[in-house]
Amino acid sequence: MKLSDKELEIIEILEKDARTPIDVLAKMIELPVEETEALVKKLEEANVIVQYTALVDWRKADGHEGVTAMIDVKVTPKRGVGFDEVAERIYRFPEVKSVYLMSGAYDLSVVIEGRSMADVAQFVSEKLSTLDSVISTTTHFILKKYKHDGIIFDQGDQDRRIVVAP
Amino acid sequence: MKPHTRKTYVSETVAGLKPSGIRRFFDLASSLDDVVSLGVGEPDFVTSWSIREASILSLEQGYTSYTANAGLFELRQEIAAYLRRKFHVEYRPEAEILVTVGASQAIDLALRAIVNPGDEVIVVEPGFVAYEPLVVLAGGTPVAVHASGADGFQLAPARIEQAITERTKAVIICSPNNPTGTVLRPSELDALARLAERHDFLVIADEIYAELTYEGEYTSMAAVPGMRERTILISGFSKGFAMTGWRLGFAAAPQDILQAMLKIHQYAMMCAPTMAQYGALEALRNGEHEVEHMRNSYRRRRNYFVAALNEIGLPCHLPGGAFYAFPSIRHTGLTSEQFAERLLLEEKVAVVPGNVFGASGEGYIRCSYASSLEQLQEAIKRMKRFLARL
Repeated sequence: MKLSDKELEIIEILEKDARTPIDVLAKMIELPVEETEALVKKLEEANVIVQYTALVDWRKADGHEGVTAMIDVKVTPKRGVGFDEVAERIYRFPEVKSVYLMSGAYDLSVVIEGRSMADVAQFVSEKLSTLDSVISTTTHFILKKYKHDGIIFDQGDQDRRIVVAP
Repeated sequence: MKPHTRKTYVSETVAGLKPSGIRRFFDLASSLDDVVSLGVGEPDFVTSWSIREASILSLEQGYTSYTANAGLFELRQEIAAYLRRKFHVEYRPEAEILVTVGASQAIDLALRAIVNPGDEVIVVEPGFVAYEPLVVLAGGTPVAVHASGADGFQLAPARIEQAITERTKAVIICSPNNPTGTVLRPSELDALARLAERHDFLVIADEIYAELTYEGEYTSMAAVPGMRERTILISGFSKGFAMTGWRLGFAAAPQDILQAMLKIHQYAMMCAPTMAQYGALEALRNGEHEVEHMRNSYRRRRNYFVAALNEIGLPCHLPGGAFYAFPSIRHTGLTSEQFAERLLLEEKVAVVPGNVFGASGEGYIRCSYASSLEQLQEAIKRMKRFLARL
């Protein structure tokens, strides 16, 4: 789908802050509110804007338990469907947050979120490894998130500038 | 024993200078909490990491000594390439480019290099607060020519012509302008060029905001036919590359003028900081993408902020560059100082009164939109509340 300059601007602005009010967005791209609304709707319907999500730093939520693991998976591709079939079988599990086909030492990169390491271990040993096409798995637990989707966690984002300057 | 008293040793020239009007507002704003500041004249981006990293690497590698007085030759070569690429003007890095401690020092050097006692320098107002004092410190006489808000603060060459005398040595222009954001039209630059030729004077072109021009291609004064030999082009890294604290600028000018500037620079400053020069080298080589990203971000914020100002009843022309909006507050019946002070005390929004940029800035306020969108929205909300009360 060929996007116009205005549509690209909308995407860039909403990707950075999905909560930008529509009247502010309209002023930023110099279009009337109704027209801006229509463009946003069009982008949503065409699945260019797939979803609006919140980036959460769960460490700050007291009592929240959870671990994230990245699992390198080697698989045997199947004739006719390649990697797609096994990928689909994997991404259907609700604990799987993302699945990427990779080049290099392994085939699929799978991100899992569970309540505990035992949870993740159980998923890997009982559900992932037992799939027919899966040859091997290597599990890496994420110890700390510094940056995610271009956003730096805990960055000192206070304005260091003096209040009035030439 | 009675202590010895001493007379005041401060020179009459310095004693006669007015302190910057911005300073007073800085002191007032700094004494308050939770201020939404539209008073800052600098980017809200931190210098990009690759530039900071290049500077750190230069330190790690031990590049901590002086550079050539005129700056690292490599950097001058990059500046020459940059000026060719961006402005289509040719300068020889070995003789016509000087790396300075900020664009401010370059302006000071330019004036000191050309002004004889009593020479007149025309300063277009509203303009940057330092121009007039620097003319005075160089021994010259500043002559203010007012640009009109009705014309979006364009140059008005006819008014400049009226101000020209036999002692006119130069005209200082700034495009995009601080505080109005106005980008001078090529036709205006051309008209000024013809005046410069006819009356034989120089143009000091402060082009520090050139990277932050939002529509169309930027025209440098030095690129106007016949003007390369009559222009002292001043620029730097502060605004476009978000490097204000690095204090790194440059001047490009015909050899005789540039060498005169270099003479002062070598006695007064020796050279610009070495680590900053290595950062600037990286900025010119690989910084273009970051500049574009910042420019787009400012442009969108400008669109929002200027539209919102007009909506709440502060008429404002659409500035073509820099990151300042310069709305009129005339209809409120307040002076720009009264407006700025009451807005600060009653709603905690810091803006700069227009009159600090010269008499023609009276009736206006300078609002910097180099702040987060959330801060701009909050400022608009508070300003709207303030206006409703007047």
